[in-house]
Amino acid sequence: MIEMLRVTKSFSGQVVLNNLDMEIPAGKITAVIGPSGEGKSVLLRHIIGLMKPDMGRIIIDGEDITHMGRRELNRVREKFGMLFQNVALFDSMSVFENVAFPLEEKTRLSRNDIRDRVHEALENVGLRDVDRKYPDQLSGGMKKRVGLARALLLNPRIILFDEPTTGLDPIISNAMHRLIKDTHARFGFTAVIVTHEVPAIFDICDYVAMLYQGRIQMRGTPEEIRRSGDPVVCQFVNGELDGPLRLV
Amino acid sequence: MQSIIAHMGGLAISLLREMGRMLLFILYAFYMIVRAPGKPIHVLKQLHFIGAKSFFVIFLTAAFTGMVLALQGYYTLTKFGSEGMLGSVVALSLIRELGPVLSALMVTGRAGSAMTAEIGIMRITEQIDALETMALEPFKYLMSPRILAALIALPLLCAIFDVVGIFGGYLVGVKLMGVNPGAYIHEMEKSVEWKDVYSGLIKSLSFGLIIAWVCCYKGYFTSRGAEGVSRATTAAVVMSSVSILIWDYFLTSVLL
Repeated sequence: MIEMLRVTKSFSGQVVLNNLDMEIPAGKITAVIGPSGEGKSVLLRHIIGLMKPDMGRIIIDGEDITHMGRRELNRVREKFGMLFQNVALFDSMSVFENVAFPLEEKTRLSRNDIRDRVHEALENVGLRDVDRKYPDQLSGGMKKRVGLARALLLNPRIILFDEPTTGLDPIISNAMHRLIKDTHARFGFTAVIVTHEVPAIFDICDYVAMLYQGRIQMRGTPEEIRRSGDPVVCQFVNGELDGPLRLV
Repeated sequence: MQSIIAHMGGLAISLLREMGRMLLFILYAFYMIVRAPGKPIHVLKQLHFIGAKSFFVIFLTAAFTGMVLALQGYYTLTKFGSEGMLGSVVALSLIRELGPVLSALMVTGRAGSAMTAEIGIMRITEQIDALETMALEPFKYLMSPRILAALIALPLLCAIFDVVGIFGGYLVGVKLMGVNPGAYIHEMEKSVEWKDVYSGLIKSLSFGLIIAWVCCYKGYFTSRGAEGVSRATTAAVVMSSVSILIWDYFLTSVLL
């Protein structure tokens, strides 16, 4: 389970996370939604220790990572996989090398075993015959799937998705959502998805948390969010122009 | 008046903070070299990039530096009737000073700038964050191999610079200006001591450290997109070059 307790973070005096409390249950898919610029990616980066909160605590499976040193933090990060918004594939490496990289660096597997594991991971996300291609030769959807293959490779218990469908057309977006759902059903990891894809994301997630003004405005099942009477949640979910949310 | 003092104080504090961060950066890089040296292939790749791929530019610069030194030296020495000393002038200038400094400046321009740009782009495209999320230490893959490779490559490139420069000077002095070849070689042999050679190599070793340190540091802390990368690259080249020249003065005064 992931717990964020009274987490506050500000940049140059601007408060992004404001005394935020949040619990993310193990083994479930939790979507974090909210307007652009509300700090959803910042929240995700705190969970994996890429950012430290100004105040508050972040607890992963009972371990407080807030003040951990690099070595300790790396031990906890072994539990994680992450799919970045821009995928963050190593652009000087081929697809095969990208996916094989964590295996080569962190395991003592033979070349043949690594090759088999990489091909299996790529097939799990529906990719074949792309080994020798470089990231700049792939479409947006293929890049995301390679990123997911890399994230899944070491069987992480928690996977963070930072806007996994940004820049994809609706069909590829749906395919990506289904891929997340299927891989989750297969591997049973805890998933945290930061997204704007409302209401499409409701079809695949177990819980939804809406971030607004640095706090969780509402958390519940997709059905509870749909039926919410909260004007902020209503406006965001229905995409209405009038309401408490201001266009920036 | 108060605001000027406050401004100066602010500048001093940010300068100190930057210096402290740079110091911690290199200390941590060395700590990682010792604790988790990584695979030799990473160092070899960087050695190929910093060393082997700089060979041509070093060869060209060295040849023409030696040639122009011979021309200038010949012009000056004939005024005193000492053109036989040309070999000594060319060799000492190259081995003690020009070899280490010019090879370092060329490597800064060719490999240092690329180092900053590559690491900077990895930073802004979250590739460094990706390494961290995989529980892999970015210093082990990005900094340590580059620092080790620069420490190995620079003395070797400097030695190549010296040899090619001396040969360039020989071509111009002996073949073009008519200096006695025996005198050129003999004077060089007589005047160059082991101390001159190792002081040049010590210089190039320290310049290698400066280049890798500054360029990796600037790349690692790049921010704000493409413009940030271009700013970091320019700053890395300027700072490396200026640091090399300043450090050269102090090192020369110690090694003389």
